[in-house]
This record gives sequence, C-alpha cells and structure tokens, in this order.
Amino acid sequence: MGDDFGLNYEETELRLGLPGGNEGGGKRGFSETVDLKLNLATSRDEQTEDKEKSVVSGGSSGAVSKPHAKAQVVGWPPIRSFRKNILSAQKDNNVEIEKSEGQSATFVKVSVDGAPYLRKMDLKIYKSYQELYEALSKMFNSFTIGDCGANGLKDLMNENKLIDLLNGTEYVPTYEDKDGDWMLVGDVPWEMFVGSCNRLRIMKGSEAIGLAPRAVEKGKNRS
Amino acid sequence: MCVAPCMMNYFPEEVLEHIFNFVSSHKNRNAVSLVCKNWYFVERFSRDKVFIGNCYAISSERLISRFPRLRSLTLKGKPHFADFNLVPNDWGGYVYPWIEAMAKGNVNLEELRLKRMVVSDESLELLARSFANFKSLVLVSCEGFTTDGLAAIASNCRHLRELDLQENEVEDRRGKWLSCFPDSCTSLVSLNFACLKGEVNLAALERLVTRCRNLQSLRVNHAVPLEALQKILINAPQLTDLGTGSFIHDPLSETYIKLKSTFQKCTSVRSLSGFLEVSPSCLPVIYPVCSNLTSLNLSYASGIFNNELIKLMQHCQKLERLWILDTIGDEGLNVVASTCKELQELRVFPSDLYGVGNAAVTEVGLVAISAGCPKLNSILYFCQQMTNAALAIVAKNCPNFIRFRLCTINPVVPDAVTMQPLDEGFGAIVRACKGLKRLSVSGLLTDQVFLYIGMYAEQLEMLSIAFAGDSDKGMLYVLNGCKKLKKLEIRDSPFGNMALLADVGKYETMRSLWMSSCELTLGACRTLAKKMPMLNVEIINEGEQIDGGSDDRQKVEKMYLYRTLAGPRKDAPEFVLTL
Repeated sequence: MGDDFGLNYEETELRLGLPGGNEGGGKRGFSETVDLKLNLATSRDEQTEDKEKSVVSGGSSGAVSKPHAKAQVVGWPPIRSFRKNILSAQKDNNVEIEKSEGQSATFVKVSVDGAPYLRKMDLKIYKSYQELYEALSKMFNSFTIGDCGANGLKDLMNENKLIDLLNGTEYVPTYEDKDGDWMLVGDVPWEMFVGSCNRLRIMKGSEAIGLAPRAVEKGKNRS
Repeated sequence: MCVAPCMMNYFPEEVLEHIFNFVSSHKNRNAVSLVCKNWYFVERFSRDKVFIGNCYAISSERLISRFPRLRSLTLKGKPHFADFNLVPNDWGGYVYPWIEAMAKGNVNLEELRLKRMVVSDESLELLARSFANFKSLVLVSCEGFTTDGLAAIASNCRHLRELDLQENEVEDRRGKWLSCFPDSCTSLVSLNFACLKGEVNLAALERLVTRCRNLQSLRVNHAVPLEALQKILINAPQLTDLGTGSFIHDPLSETYIKLKSTFQKCTSVRSLSGFLEVSPSCLPVIYPVCSNLTSLNLSYASGIFNNELIKLMQHCQKLERLWILDTIGDEGLNVVASTCKELQELRVFPSDLYGVGNAAVTEVGLVAISAGCPKLNSILYFCQQMTNAALAIVAKNCPNFIRFRLCTINPVVPDAVTMQPLDEGFGAIVRACKGLKRLSVSGLLTDQVFLYIGMYAEQLEMLSIAFAGDSDKGMLYVLNGCKKLKKLEIRDSPFGNMALLADVGKYETMRSLWMSSCELTLGACRTLAKKMPMLNVEIINEGEQIDGGSDDRQKVEKMYLYRTLAGPRKDAPEFVLTL
C-alpha cells in the first residue's frame, strides 16, 4: 500500500533491529518483528491494519497481507501472570462445561392432561419448536380422532395448540422453567427454551386461561 | 509551618518529635530530615515507618542503623515489567537478608509489606520466630513460598492482626495452615487468602472468624463454597470487606434462601470482591449489599455476562472504586456512568487476551464514564480501539486524573476513525490533567506525544512506554521535560544510546529506568556506568553471551538501572551483568 503513495520510503526509513538481524539495524515495525496473533474479523479492521503497516514501516513492506499469527507478544497485553492464569483456567472450565453440557441429553417429563401416563422426551434432539410439536403430535396421536389426519394436526400444531376433536377442548403446551414458573411454550428462542425447560405439560385450554389468554382466544376464534 | 527552623531548634527534642509525629507520609518525612542536622537526628529516631521503593537502593544495615525505632517496613523488589514476564526468574528481590538483618539488629518489627519480592518459607519462618510483636504481613505479587510458610506465621505470631495475600504465586502444600492459628488467636482484623489454590479446613475457618470479633476484612479463596461462606457471614456481621469464594449455587436451594437473608444483614460491607466462580443466577443475592458498596472488584468474574453485570451495577450508587472485565461493554459502562456518580477509580481488564472477540470496550465507554463520573481520578482501561477525539473529550471532562493508563489490545493501533497516531489524544490528557502522576500510553505513537508529555506533564512520576516513538528525540523530550520523573519503563521502542547518555545526571533523581528491546548497545551502558558510580546498570542477558569482554557494539536486549547507595548487588544471578 505504501507504493500507492508514489514515494520510496526505504532510504529515509528508520529502523530497529537485533544484532545480525534482517537488514542490519532496520526499524522493527511492530507487525514484522513480533508475531502478533490478530484475529481481525471485520474488513474495517483489515483496513486499519494495512494503514498501520504502511505508517509504521514506511511502506517498504508493500504487502497487504495480515501479519502471520504465530505466537503471542511477550508481555502484551500487560496483565499480571496471576490474572492471566486465572482467566485461562476459567476459559478452560467453561469450555469443559459447554462440552459436557453439549453431550448430555435433556430428558424432560411430558404430561398431557387427561392422559393415563407421562412420557419422557429428549429436547436436545430437536432443533426447533416445529420439530418438537411434530414429535408431540406423534407421541400423543391417540388423543385425536383418526380422520383428522396428520396434515390437519400439523396445521393445528403450527398455531401452538392441540385440538382434541373428540371433546372439543383445546390444549396449550406449557413448560416449567428453572425458576419454577409455568410458561407458555414458544415465547423464547429455542436454545433458551431447551436450557431452561424442566418439564412439559400439555394443559387443557380451560385451565390455561390465566396462563395464555391469547392462545385460548385464538383457539376460540378458530372454532 | 510558619515558624522558622532556627526558632524550632529552641524547642526540646521531645517537642520536635511530637510535631514530626503528625508528619506521616514518607516523602514529607524525608523532606523534614533534610532541613538541618538537628531535625535529621530527631526525625531519624522518631521514624517508625519506612518505605523503600527499590530494595537494592540501600542496604539493610544502613536502614537499621539510621532508623533504630523501625516498626513498619515496606519493600519493593523486581521492576514493574516483571509482572509481564519480562524479567527472568531468579533475577533477585529476596527478602530473607532483610528479615535476617532486622532479627539480628533487634528491630521491633510489627509490619512488613512486600511487593514483587521473592519470599521463601525460611524467611516466613524466621519472621514468625524473630518478632514478638509482629502484627501485619502484606504480600503483593510475591512468590517463592508455600502454605508451610503461612503455617509458621499462623502458629507463631501471637498478635497477628493482618495477613493479606494479594495475587501471589503460592505453592499449596495442602497442609492445614489455617488450622495453625491457635485457639487463643483472637486478634485478626484482616485475612485475605484469595490467591491460594488449595482447600482450607472450613470448620477451622469458621471457628477462627467467630472468635476474632474485630475481623473487618475477609477474603477467601475459590475452595470455600457458598454454604461455608453463609455460615461465616452469620458469625461476622461486622465485616466491612468481603471476598467471596466460589459463588455457585442452585437458586432453588435452601442455602440460597438462607444466603439471601444473611446478606441482608451484612449492612457493614463496603467492599466486595472474589467471584472467581460464579453462576449469574446467584447474583441477586448481593443486591442488598450493593447500595452500600464503595469498592467492587469483579475483575475475576468471567462467568458473569454483560446483562447481569448491568443489573448489578444499577444497585451500586455509592461506588468509588470499580474493577471489572471488558465483558461489561460500552453499554454497561454507560450504566456505570449514570449510576456511579461517586466513582473515583475504574479499572477495565480484558477478558479475551488473544483474539478480537465481542467482549470489549471502546472509546465510547471511556467517554461515557468521563462524562458521568466527575470525581474520576484514576483509570486503567484495556480497550479494543481509541480515538484522539475521544481522549480530548475525556481530558476536558476529567482534568483531575492522577493516574491514566490506557492499553490498546493491539499496541500500535491508530485512531480508529482518522487512522492517525494517538499523539494528540494523549497530548490533550497531559495538557488538561495538571496533577497527573502516572501515565501509560499505547496505540500508534510518534515522537510528538513525548514532546507533549515533556512539555505538560509536570507532576509525572511514572511513565510506561511500549512500541512507541520514532527516534531518540522522543525519550529526550521526556527526560528533559518531566522534572519529577521517578520511574521510566520502556519496551520495544526506537530509543538508543544518544538518548540514554544525553543527561546522565538525571538518573540520580529517579528511582529507576528500564529499557528492553530498544536500541541500546553495550558500549553506551558501560559509558553510563562509568560516569555514574551511584547507579547500578544491570544488563539482563538471556541466552546472549554478554560478558565483561563483550564488544561495545553488542546490542543490549534488557537494561535496568537504578540509583543506589549499596553498590553492585551481591546476589545477582549469572545472567545479570552489573557494569
């Protein structure tokens, strides 16, 4: 990039260098001598880097490539080793925790009001609410009339409720979160839901009035 | 004092001494001792607190003979850049000879405060045995000892009031050092073992806290779980300074509920730290304490996310000192700015040491703080980027800075907007902050910034420079301009022999000069050493074969010089060559 300026900086360039170093007393542009691991993600940062290279090393480098990341600059950023050690130990711990959490399954009890028994589902195998609803509908298929058909069920699941055509009641899927509160399924992002869901309960619409008035209203409007 | 010294000499010495008792700062005491011989003698026999900023500047014998009534000694060892691994192990800074000399000299030592020194178990054992009235041990960034040494202190110091271990490297022998405090020990006022890695006997800790009714400050390590902390707090509601251990718990548990009510009773706590392990859902427990806090250190709590931090900060209206990680973000700093109107000191540490992650603060956060916190006088700010414009605004908002340390993660990053060097920004800081005593600069910097520093930073005592400047002129501006300069440390900057030798007398007015990865040659260092016999000029050689016979043109990688009355030190290791 220095070449763009049309000036040859080399002759007037101030240099630093180690004994017997590259150009015998050349100025050590920071980016050249010390291997800095810069993980510059944005293009704006790339611009910064190129400009700083041309300012620092007088454009002799010319090259626009990022500094080659090999090792850290010794003692930079200037933080006490004690603090550095603690931070990296914490990072390792967090990575471990994430890994272990990633591996374990998240089985939650699923109850449907009126059903004779509960089921258990591993929330981790689903990637979205849509998949969860499909799985739920398959699991509790016996509660709907046969000639409703799978498609009909899917439509209804899309709108966040099950319709028990036999009784004409509506069901609302709810879950118990880590604080012990009963929440309507679907409000929070999927990952957050998986992380905070303790158990699922498919409630009868009549009971769900206080919990999810909108859902019940929606249901009423539909029927 | 309006009374002329000659009149003061008619006062009996007891009166002089009584007056001098009101002079406590060591700088003022030193000044008093220079007035005349009489004052020197009176001052000398009445001084009981001595501060030695460089343990190699003076010999222990001289210390003891000048101040026979010595009770409290503060010693600093390694140069500051040792904190960042620039000084090899075994460089020096041993405390043992000092303790030995004081023991032999029958000094009635009560307090020892050490920073960046090597402290062996033998020294701790000798300390514990030799001084019957020993009360206070404060170790900061020291190394070389194990929990066995602590056991010796605990067992033998019958009047121990303070055991304060800050960020030391301690080998944990998993012994029972805490249990070594005898049942008769009830004198503890301050106990800080947060930096220890191993377990302690929780029952012993609980008993110790219960019987030390005067305990004000307790900082435990991460091995002390929340249940234990809760039990301790119940027995010590008088605590003013608390450092938590592990802060992890299931918010639905009974312990958590007990903890809530316990914290509500801790109405005296003014300072809070720790949180090395923390689950954010537990944090609301400390909200009742937050509104009384004047000091909060969350700089090790990498487990708290920025939204939790923000919620927490909103409770801390009385905060005067805040140490935090950059996970707080500019947004969080905005909240701090609008909540913490009493803030005087802020330190923002980097959470992500290597990459350019999302967790970072920029000039925006700094400007917000400067605008919102009129009492701000001390800052340490690790940031991703900075601009001259922002620094100018900060300077305008906060002309009262005493300490200003800025550290950009990329050490030569230019102004994020203009791509210019950050010279003007720092120039604005030194122009506006007439009382500035400590400055660390970073980012892309030319000689110009040093011109500004030399011109305006009249009170500057300590300056840290890294990857900055273009030529010897930069260093010369500083040496010529900053009359009160005490410590200058420079790394990876193009300053060389000409700057070093321009004013050799200057170094006798300073405590020390560090230069590493600069442009010095052995010849210049030799010349300097020859001209200034009152300086120790040390060449720290790692792997390079610099010895007495080496050529003058040999480049010097690390040089550390300091004024001294003690001559070249006898404990220098092989890789240190004193010229």
